[in-house]
Amino acid sequence: MSHADDLQGTRRDFIYYATAGGGAIAAGVGGWGLINSMNPSRDVLALQSVRVDISGLSEGMQIVPLWQGKPVFIRYRTPEEIEAARSVDVADLPDQSAGNDLLGDDAEATDANRTVAVFDGGEGVEPTFPEGALYVSSGLCTHLGCVPVGESGDFGGWFCPCHGSHYDTAGRIRKGPAPRNLPIPYAVLVEDTVLQLGEEA
Amino acid sequence: MAGIPHDHYEPSTGGEKWLHKRLPVVGLMYDTLMIPTPKNLNWMWIWGIVLVFTLVLQIATGVILAMHYVADTELAFSRIEHIMRNVNGGAMIRYVHMNGASLFFVAVYAHIFRALYYGSYKSPREVTWIIGILMFVLMMGTAFMGYVLPWGQMSFHGTAVITGLFGAIPFVGEAIQTWLLGAGAVGQPALNRFFALHYMLPFVLLGLTIVHVWAFHTTGNNNPTGVEVRRTSKEEAERDTLPFWPYFVIKDLLALVVILIVFTAIVGFMPNYLGHPDNYIPATAAATPAHIVPEWYFLPFYAILRAFDDSVWIVILTNWLTFGIIDGKFFGVLAMFGAIAVMALAPWLDTSSVRSGRYRPMFKWWFWLLVVDFIILMWVGARPAEGIYPVISLIGATYWFAYFLVILPLLGVIEKPLTPPATIEEDFAAHYPKSTGGSSSAPAAAPAE
Ligand code: HEM
Ligand code: FES
Repeated sequence: MSHADDLQGTRRDFIYYATAGGGAIAAGVGGWGLINSMNPSRDVLALQSVRVDISGLSEGMQIVPLWQGKPVFIRYRTPEEIEAARSVDVADLPDQSAGNDLLGDDAEATDANRTVAVFDGGEGVEPTFPEGALYVSSGLCTHLGCVPVGESGDFGGWFCPCHGSHYDTAGRIRKGPAPRNLPIPYAVLVEDTVLQLGEEA
Repeated sequence: MAGIPHDHYEPSTGGEKWLHKRLPVVGLMYDTLMIPTPKNLNWMWIWGIVLVFTLVLQIATGVILAMHYVADTELAFSRIEHIMRNVNGGAMIRYVHMNGASLFFVAVYAHIFRALYYGSYKSPREVTWIIGILMFVLMMGTAFMGYVLPWGQMSFHGTAVITGLFGAIPFVGEAIQTWLLGAGAVGQPALNRFFALHYMLPFVLLGLTIVHVWAFHTTGNNNPTGVEVRRTSKEEAERDTLPFWPYFVIKDLLALVVILIVFTAIVGFMPNYLGHPDNYIPATAAATPAHIVPEWYFLPFYAILRAFDDSVWIVILTNWLTFGIIDGKFFGVLAMFGAIAVMALAPWLDTSSVRSGRYRPMFKWWFWLLVVDFIILMWVGARPAEGIYPVISLIGATYWFAYFLVILPLLGVIEKPLTPPATIEEDFAAHYPKSTGGSSSAPAAAPAE
């Protein structure tokens, strides 16, 4: 094989690899563009935070507004429900972390860590929702995302009919296939009876 | 040396010759239609044609439905009612499409269990088999996405649950789920893309059907004896086979007529029997139907999904071995997809030297047990996940895996199979009197009537 042929061979090889490589990169970039277009679009992402008027909420009542297309449980718990949730030892829970966006990852799943902080209206003003009464969490079962039914199940909290997950009155998983407590989104009372879901962007 | 030796198309007229030189399409059709087919095929070999017919039926009715349908969360439900009430013949077209999906799965399950019994998946038909499993998975995806389109309560919450399966994948699950839905929850982006895919996938299925047929036209059909067609000469091959047209086409059409009589009766008299009334309630995100169940054809796999929760020892062990990465939820998902994956591996898991179950005395029992298991799983998948039902699901799921992973490999070693007939011709002759083409050359003939 002559020297010239050799040179030609390597040049062809180079062109071959450059073409294949360039083609692969172009296909990758183009493919990624197509795949990424299926991710949430800007208008969907824009619905970050909402305010919910909960002045109509009375004791023992639950409302399920949609936030970012997903149901959220907002519940005014009865004293019995609060008592039931507080009497549980965290060590006995399948999922012992609070799962509250406002708290860190290592916060414990105590009842206090899973309820909305009381609104501080200033000196001598009685808040509408007493200590521990207001409960907010995602309304999607942590198993496969059905909407659990309130005031039911073995623990008086929520029961998911899809595959039988039982949550207690603080939305903590107690029995069934769901792995985690109902996650608690960023939720604060910005007024006495106005709840904000999600941090303002 | 592809295929069984047979006569090929010879263009005779001038026009045919002219075309054949430029595009040998008539020859292709001739060779496909006249393919030598084992003459001892029984009634379980009709399902392929039923499947092809149903695919065409679904595409035909689907395209018409798509002309009246709008994939918008505000409109979808009322567009279905529009099809049902206003479009000429709309209710019928929709009911045919709805029940056509059920017919599709009746046929595919019969087809798959046929293959499992007669060892059709075994060498040299592995590629046919793998493509078949791929088509089965695509069919499930297509039917699932179709069921989303009416945007009823079952559509909506079924989508939440099924896409939730992907959310169970460790680390990347949530991102994948969001990507699939195009949002954090089921809504307009999901409905819109599912419609696009529901329209497209059947055409992919059509393409795969051609490859599937091509593959078994290369290896030749299996048959109830599992004995190969003799290929040493055209004469011998002809004694084992008959051309597909007209013999098998007519037979398959007869079967199709019978099946369509039943199908038409269902479409006409009980079109909603196989569906769920909840899907006639418009979708709302705020409440899940009390009893959410998938369509009947998904139930066996749904039962397997639910069989494994955190209290099952193998889940606990896996969880511990993987440092908690694989939990009960993800395990269930793996089991469900695994149940299909083990089917795909059957050609390599079955160690028996004999192909057809007809000559495998022990295999027969295990096979029928698998069929019963499948039916039990289908039944239990529709029960609530409480009381005794999860236990039944777990036993059923365990047997499903044991059949493929333990029983098939072991049986080949411990079982002593019977001797299959030497040729297909011999098998045929033993069943049919001479007047119908049997017994002619086999000395040990069956009594003539
Ligand atoms: C593999 C073939 C197919 C299967 C198994 C299938 C299955 C289904 C199913 C189960 C439904 C839900 C029916 C209901 O509950 O209302 C559906 C709906 C629908 N399909 Fe298909 N389909 C197939 C092919 C197609 C094709 C090719 C198209 C369009 C070109 C199409 C268009 C539609 C439309 C527009 C709907 C909504 C109307 C309705 O729900 O009745 N389908 N399909
Ligand atoms: S989705 Fe709630 S238990 Fe499965």
